[in-house]
Amino acid sequence: MAVQTTNHLLRRGMGKDWRDLATYRAAGGYQAVKKAHQMGPAAVIEEVKQGSVRGRGGAGFPAGIKWGFLPKDSDKPRYLVINADEGEPGTFKDTYFLKEDPHRLIEGCIIACMALNAHACYIYIRGEFAEQIRTTWKAIRDCYAAGILGRSVMGIPFALDIYVHPGAGAYICGEETALLESLEGKPGRPRMKPPFPAVIGAFGSPTIINNVETIAAVPLVIEHGAAWWTALGVDRDGGPRLVGVSGHVERPGLFEVPTGTNLKDVIYELAGGPLGGRAIKAVIPGGSSCKVLRGDEIDVPMTIDGLRAVGSMLGTCGIIVMVEGTCIVRALQRLSHFYAHESCGQCTPCREGTGWLARLVDQLEAGTAKQGDVDTLLDVANEIDGNTICALGEAAAWPVQSYVAKFRDEFQAHIDHHGCPYGDHPTPGGFDVPGLPSVSPHA
Amino acid sequence: MALAFSPEADREITDIIGRYPERAAALIPVLFVAQDEFTYLSEEVLELVAERLDLPAAKVLNTATFYTMLRKAPVGKHHVQVCRTLSCYLRGADQLMATAQRKLGIAPGETTGDGRFTLEGVECLAACGTAPIVRINDVYHENVTPASLERLLDALASGKGEPVGGGGGD
Ligand SMILES: Cc1cc2nc3c(=O)[nH]c(=O)nc-3n(C[C@H](O)[C@H](O)[C@H](O)COP(=O)(O)O)c2cc1C
Ligand code: FES
Repeated sequence: MAVQTTNHLLRRGMGKDWRDLATYRAAGGYQAVKKAHQMGPAAVIEEVKQGSVRGRGGAGFPAGIKWGFLPKDSDKPRYLVINADEGEPGTFKDTYFLKEDPHRLIEGCIIACMALNAHACYIYIRGEFAEQIRTTWKAIRDCYAAGILGRSVMGIPFALDIYVHPGAGAYICGEETALLESLEGKPGRPRMKPPFPAVIGAFGSPTIINNVETIAAVPLVIEHGAAWWTALGVDRDGGPRLVGVSGHVERPGLFEVPTGTNLKDVIYELAGGPLGGRAIKAVIPGGSSCKVLRGDEIDVPMTIDGLRAVGSMLGTCGIIVMVEGTCIVRALQRLSHFYAHESCGQCTPCREGTGWLARLVDQLEAGTAKQGDVDTLLDVANEIDGNTICALGEAAAWPVQSYVAKFRDEFQAHIDHHGCPYGDHPTPGGFDVPGLPSVSPHA
Repeated sequence: MALAFSPEADREITDIIGRYPERAAALIPVLFVAQDEFTYLSEEVLELVAERLDLPAAKVLNTATFYTMLRKAPVGKHHVQVCRTLSCYLRGADQLMATAQRKLGIAPGETTGDGRFTLEGVECLAACGTAPIVRINDVYHENVTPASLERLLDALASGKGEPVGGGGGD
């Protein structure tokens, strides 16, 4: 197989229960905390910078640089907040750490907190993740019992508390400032930036917010060094990445590959290729907010620059594959309803616009759309794009803009045919059940 | 007020308050404790939470109404949540929803007359790699098929309780 997988972050299939503290420690776990202590905060931050650890929550911001934004002169407490809201459709990676390897995350939190001089850390886990919340709490409690957390960290005189904070079913709380509002007990409505959370974050104090996978990478960078880590990735984007493949592939799942692995190879080799050997119609490369690629545009390296070069984003590396026979308008309908449902309602263009988009797509499907409505759809999306406090607006607009740009004929056909040309058979990959809308015979 | 937290819940609330520099931050976790205790967040329950946390009732209501998992109305004993977002849709979520509707005789958003089942369409549950997903109460069922869903619902209807585990699929 041409595609190389690695198992540094994703340690499944080794016959080990990493949730167990003794198992985790027997494999060298928590040793990086000691090493980090010997190195000292400045050297740890420098190592993370040198390792070019990029944020894995979607935006790809370099973690070490973000850590450097904490004000040096503030006498307020500092906080580390972990974004475990995992809400971007197509993304299912952070759940792995929370459910199967929580100590990796906790070890990363400890190293980061010592480097940032933060004595409290909150792990914000989406509320639906009941098992993940229980498992992460259990691992934290085991750490307190073993002297890894609490008044000191493994004998190091550094007091540290880590807590799990549950979300309550709102995608918007994955946006970092909405998350802070939610952590403070308020509705999850994003804040204006600046001030950035590094200056005024949780409880009015300097706060660093990082994604689960970003922080889970930190112990590896400290243990093996920045050079080792960067060698597993590409220039300015170090390490391997967790990529999730879902939708129309033979073997959906989560894989770990070096950053820079070819997107097409991931789909064909790791995920078993398109369902039933059909042709690939469209691929969303990094979570539902990313612009869509046509099947002939996926021969690209999975890097921030590589996906940008084809007009999309690496995002969360949550790949969604759609084969020929899928109605692209139907696919967009799912996403437009998602964003309309999840808009917090704070900004008018987003509140009104996301609902309008969903209604327009509904009308295309129902056959009640008028000539010119494809342009209306684009106009509404363009009105939202760039006119909102947070990026949920863009997240709702980009799919619309790109689906129309790449599959305009199919949108127009819905108007000309007064409805969905795929009729009752909107998607391959479904179930053929008598009396139920069945699998598409198309393609 | 007639309503009161059990001693265990009250201890848990004290523990939760201790995690934060500000009392208001305890609100969402405490609302979950209250929901576990009283099944849903009636006006009375919200007042109790406001009193316990010494927060204005309006603030508690404002937060409670924002979040979908904080329930302002009763739900059935078995809360059947069918994921309807893209990855699940591509793997047949619509047929699962149709199966559940036919089996339970209710539409999404409704509860059966005997109060045992509530059916709901929900957004991406971050388990897209094992789509389609049906979450029942707080348990994920992965790779669900219409046949496996029927069996699952039958088991629940016959009072065998909540089948455990995340692997409800075939
Ligand atoms: C609407 C919206 C939803 C988001 N959801 C998530 C999420 O679920 N998880 C996450 O880590 N980041 C999410 N983000 C990105 C965060 O705002 C933030 O960039 C990230 O947590 C920073 O961590 P990182 O630098 O380690 O990636 C979201 C952003 C937006 C605009
Ligand atoms: S789309 Fe259903 S779990 Fe993500």
